[in-house]
Formats: sequence, structure tokens, C-alpha cells
Amino acid sequence: MSLIKQHKYLETNVFLLVLGIFITVAVGGLVEIVPLFSIKSTIENVRGIRPYTPLELAGRDIYVREGCYNCHSQMVRPFRDEIERYGHYSLAAESKFDHPFQWGSKRTGPDLARVGGKYSNEWHVRHMIDPRSVVPESIMPGYPYLAKRPLDYDTIDAHMKTLDLVGRGEMYGPIDGAIENAIADLEAQATPDADTSALVARYSDFAYGADRDEDETTTMALGDLDGNPEMITEMDALVAYLQVLGTMVDFTAVDDARKAEWIR
Amino acid sequence: MTQATTAHGARADGPAYVEGPIRLFVLASVFWGIIGFAAGDFIAWQLAIPALNLDLEWTSFGRLRPLHTSAVIFAFGGNVLFATSLYVVQKTSRARMYGGDVLGYILFWGFQLFIVMAAIGYVTGITQSREYAEPEWYADLFLTVVWVLYLAAFAGTLLKRREPHIYVANWFYLAFIITVALLHLGNNMAVPVALMGGDTWWKSYSLFSGVQDAMTQWWYGHNAVGFFLTAGFLAIMYYFVPKQANRPVYSYRLSIVHFWALIFLYIWAGPHHLHFTALPDWAQTLGMVFSVMLWMPSWGGMINGLMTLSGAWDKLRTDPVLRFLVVSVGFYGMSTFEGPMMSVKAVNSLSHYTDWTIGHVHSGALGWVAFISFGALYFLVPVLWKRRSLYSLRLVSLHFWIATLGIVLYITAMWVSGIMQGLMWRAYDELGFLQYSFIESVEAMKPYYIIRAIGGLLFIAGAVIMAYNMYRTIRGDVAEGAPDSVPAGATVGAQR
Repeated sequence: MSLIKQHKYLETNVFLLVLGIFITVAVGGLVEIVPLFSIKSTIENVRGIRPYTPLELAGRDIYVREGCYNCHSQMVRPFRDEIERYGHYSLAAESKFDHPFQWGSKRTGPDLARVGGKYSNEWHVRHMIDPRSVVPESIMPGYPYLAKRPLDYDTIDAHMKTLDLVGRGEMYGPIDGAIENAIADLEAQATPDADTSALVARYSDFAYGADRDEDETTTMALGDLDGNPEMITEMDALVAYLQVLGTMVDFTAVDDARKAEWIR
Repeated sequence: MTQATTAHGARADGPAYVEGPIRLFVLASVFWGIIGFAAGDFIAWQLAIPALNLDLEWTSFGRLRPLHTSAVIFAFGGNVLFATSLYVVQKTSRARMYGGDVLGYILFWGFQLFIVMAAIGYVTGITQSREYAEPEWYADLFLTVVWVLYLAAFAGTLLKRREPHIYVANWFYLAFIITVALLHLGNNMAVPVALMGGDTWWKSYSLFSGVQDAMTQWWYGHNAVGFFLTAGFLAIMYYFVPKQANRPVYSYRLSIVHFWALIFLYIWAGPHHLHFTALPDWAQTLGMVFSVMLWMPSWGGMINGLMTLSGAWDKLRTDPVLRFLVVSVGFYGMSTFEGPMMSVKAVNSLSHYTDWTIGHVHSGALGWVAFISFGALYFLVPVLWKRRSLYSLRLVSLHFWIATLGIVLYITAMWVSGIMQGLMWRAYDELGFLQYSFIESVEAMKPYYIIRAIGGLLFIAGAVIMAYNMYRTIRGDVAEGAPDSVPAGATVGAQR
């Protein structure tokens, strides 16, 4: 084995060994990651996807902060049982504005990719405050403090600017007035009877294009979401986020080729 | 035999080695180990008794689970790797550590500070939500500095070596240090919101999103297993098993094949965490194929470790330290068979998202990583504190059996319940409806969660026994009735 004999050059020279290791471990990652940025079919072209509104974004930050991903996936696989239980399998396009992704790796609790619209706002609030009051067998932690704590959204526009930066200017930049009106939009979404027409129009224009039909409006939870109109709380934001999950795409218009391939 | 697989001890003309910082790394390993195991067991009980979440933000499962994973992987495992690597590289190079005591202490306190920064972040909700890479940007930058110094200390010592060949354990340590640096930098690219005028310093957004972000994270996540928890601990195997068994490594040629094949193949395996997701199929298939191929170098390494015992198998009867080391290699073989099997898409469609994965991880983490660490720590304590022997081999043996029983309870409970969970999710009744609601699968887990948590308690009890044994050893005590003929590896510390 002459090749084995040549190994003496590597094992007697630190620099050669370091170089050899570096090249050997670099290959796999390059081959698997780099093409994902350039192959166009990686992310489907579907209508309806939009960045999160300021309130939803604040809710998503809370979802991340509390480590919800430790127990809840947001990735429905293309299996018959999962589609019946959760809804249409997840598309790559649905998380293209998720910095970072929240696909998760474990279902100690159910998948949340399509939880939006499945339960009422009130159910979510009661469930979050005391999960066992609505699901007696639940093992989820209670989050009563979310309903008591005012949401900190003074610099939510800075969060959106940061996301626009990592999103290469394709997230909030193209939405007219999204960043300038971030705080007003957030307050409008969480206040009962507020004028939300500008907010809805902005995000609908992005989702369906400025030439959209008038009835093509994006879904979002509006109003007093936590049952406490006095204050915008962290609970308001979290409910707004949960209620939009999985609701953006109209699946009657999606090509189901992949589903046919894997469904059991 | 060639020089690269013969672990040389210090000779009479050996230099004065850096030992003070290594002693601290050993103590920190035991300390963080117990904390990390306890955190894990606490959250295990939370799944059986949800009231233990206490309705407080700092004590909920979602915040404590990263605390557990980071405490065991980075605080326990990391300190073991620092302790053993800096010990092994000096001994096998017959050279004093580059940077001396000063760099050693900087590394020690720097790494502990990183651990504390990360831990405080977790309980207060500062997280990137990237599994095993949760610390935010400021902690990541700090760790990068520590890691560069670590590479300097390690490679610098190799450059000073007085042996012509670099010993095989050091190849693995070097691959671990370099690759973890690469993974850490690649997976933590994020922009802090404070840069754009945000009023918090503790929040950033990942540079990537969705599918690319998922692939990057699991390229990292799987290779945190592959390089932190495997390559680094294989280095421990390649030094401490031969040392404790007093036999040379079984095959030099197998070492070379094992090393290069393992580090080349491991890095591809990440996508098996993303089977049937929105990741493109070509990437999933690559991940599966390379994961299955990975079985071969893994078992090559296992064979190289186990066959090192050739002609010394009888020592397993009398030497509980060697038993830890060898049984850990057995668990390594088991986990590295199970892993490729679970990466096959058909199997993964059942196992993914279930507690089967948790069982698999813990057969590797408890059986392989922790056991080989315990073996190495039991080896190092008498050597570093210049004691004639450990306080009590009988306590080592007790630790071994209690911990083994704990692992068996843990992994069997998670195997059985994980497969049950997966089957319940896909079960249909005779009318063609889903047979179980999700919450019924949660309810069915309860007895298994309790068995698992009891297994964890046994594992902690073993670690506490180890801490006591080490404390008495360091004090210089020897238990009454300790056998006179203690095995070679565990005795003549002062001479090595």
C-alpha cells in the first residue's frame, strides 16, 4: 500500500496536515449548501407570501425567545397522515422570509406550520396562560406573563431594517412605507376598530402584486387579540404570529407534483 | 508498528508539562457534567410533570433545553476535550504546551466565561434558536477568539514536538478544532439589530432564511456531533484506550483510513435531519447516501479501538476504568449503526420528530461521549495530582454499573415510546380516519417519560459518585480494602 506509505508526509508536517483536513472537510458543505442559493427551483414561485407585519414579527421574536422550536416543528411533510392532520405539506417558499428558519426537529407538541386560523384568538390566549385549562392532557409550559407584559416595540423598525439587510433588500424595502410606518402599523393591527386599510393594502400589494384584484387581500389577525384592549401585550404579538402561520398561500392554485411523489 | 500509533509516555528527559490549567479543565468537566446532567433530568421530569415548568419564563422547557444541551455538549464535553487534548498533545509530542501556563489559564477562563455568557442568555431568552448554536452574536465572537487561541496552543505544541511523527490522536483533535471553527463561523452569520438602531444588544437575525438557513444549520448541527462529539472523543479513544490497556493501537493502516474517510464523509450527512422537508430532494438523497456510507469508517474506528484490547481482554474483569473506555466504544458502534439506519428515508419518515431520535442521541451521548470521558477523567486525576491510585476502584465499578443501568432505562424507554409515537401519528382506523389525535400520543408518552427520567437520575448518581471518588483521590486518600494489584493504567500516575 504505497498510498499509506505516503501518509508519512502528512503526519510529520503540521501545515500539510492542517491543509489536508481543511480541504477534506470543506467539500461536503460546499456541494450541499452553495447550489441552494443559485438553483431557482429550490424555492417555489407561489402567490401570497409576504414578510411578517410588525406585530407578527414582534410575536415571532417572542416565539424564538421562548424556544418554542424545541417542541414544535413548522414543517409538514408530504405524507397522507400529516396532510390530514395539519394541512398541505410545507413549501420552501413559505419560510423564505424566516430569518432564522423555525422548521424544528421534534414534535413534543404538534406541528405549527399551519396553526393559523385553526383556533380562535381567545383559545390561544387561554391556552398560553394555562394550557391545561383547554387541553387537560397537555404538557406544555404555561406562559401567563405574556398577557401581563407590555410589548416593547419602540425600535421594531430597526428589526425590520436589519431583516431587509439580511434579506438583500427584498423584504421590507419593496413594501411602500413598511419601515416608516412600522410603529403605526403595529398599533393599528392590535387596536380594536383602528383604521387598518393602509396596513392591509401595503402587505397585500407585496403578496399579490400592486395590480391585484380588490378582493385579493392578505390574511392577518386584527384587533384586540388578547382580550385586553388597554394595552398591547406580548400576548397580542404572539397570537398575531400564530394566526398567520401557514395561511399565506392559496393552495388551490399550487402544483401538487411533489405531493404525488411522496404521499403514502 | 509505526511511530504515529505508539503513544509515548514522558521519559526521564521529558520537559516540564503544563498541568495546572489541565487540572482546572478536569475539575470543570466534573462540575459542568453534573450541572448538565441535572438540567437534562429536570427537563425530563418537566415532560412527565408539566407543573415543574413553574409558569416562570426562566424555568420553562423551551429555555432550559438549550441550557441542558449546551451544558453537556460544550461545558462538559468541551472541558473534557480541552483537558485531554492539551494533555495528550504534550505527552505525545514530548513538548511543553505552546504558550505555557499563561495561555493555558487564558483558555480555561475564557472558555468558562463563554459557558456562563451562553447560559445566562438561555435562561433570559437571548437565543438565535439554532440548535446547539443558540448563543447570540456577542458570545459567538468571544468564543471565536478563544478558539483561535486554542488552535494556536494545540498546533504550536505540535510544531515544538520532539517526536518525528504526529500521533494519531492529534490528527483527530486537529480535525475537531479546525472543523468546529469552520462550522461555528459558517452557522453563526447574523446581523445584530443594534447595528440598525435597535434598542437591544441581545438580538440578531440570521443572514440566511428558510431552506438555505435550515441546510446551514444542520450542516453545523450534524457536524457538531461529527466533530465535537465524535472526532474529538475518538482522539480520546486513540490515546487513552491503548494507554489504559497497555497495548499499541490495533492497526496503523486502519487509523489512516478511519481518519480521512470519517472526516470526509461526516460533513455530508447534515441533510438527513431534513428528510421530506422543503429541502430539495437531491440534497436529502446526498445526505442519506453519505450517512449510510459513514457507517463503514465509524465501525472501522470501533474495530481499531476494540481490537487494541487484543491479548488484554482479561483486564476488563479487573479494571473498571478500562471497562468505561471499552464499553463506550461498544456504544459508539451501536449508535453509529443506528444513525445510518435512521438516515434511510423510509426509516426516517417514522423516526423523525419522535423521541426515538432523543433515544439515539443519548445512546451516543451517555454511552459513548460520557463513558469515554469518565474513563479519561479517571485516568487523568491520579496522574495530574500525582497520586499513587484512585481513591476507590470499587466506586468506579459502582459508577459504571449505575450509569449503565441508567442508560439502558433511558434508551429503551425512548426507543419503545418513540416508535409508538411515530406509529400512532400515522395510524388509521377501519373507516379511514386518523386513529389518534395528537394529544393522545402525548398522553401515551407519560410512563416512558417517567422511566427515562429515572434512568437519568441513576446516571447523575453515578456522576456524583465519580465526583466524590475524585475528591478523595485528590485529597490523597486510598479506600480501605482497596486491592493491592490495581491495574497498570490506574496506578503509577506519578511516574507518567
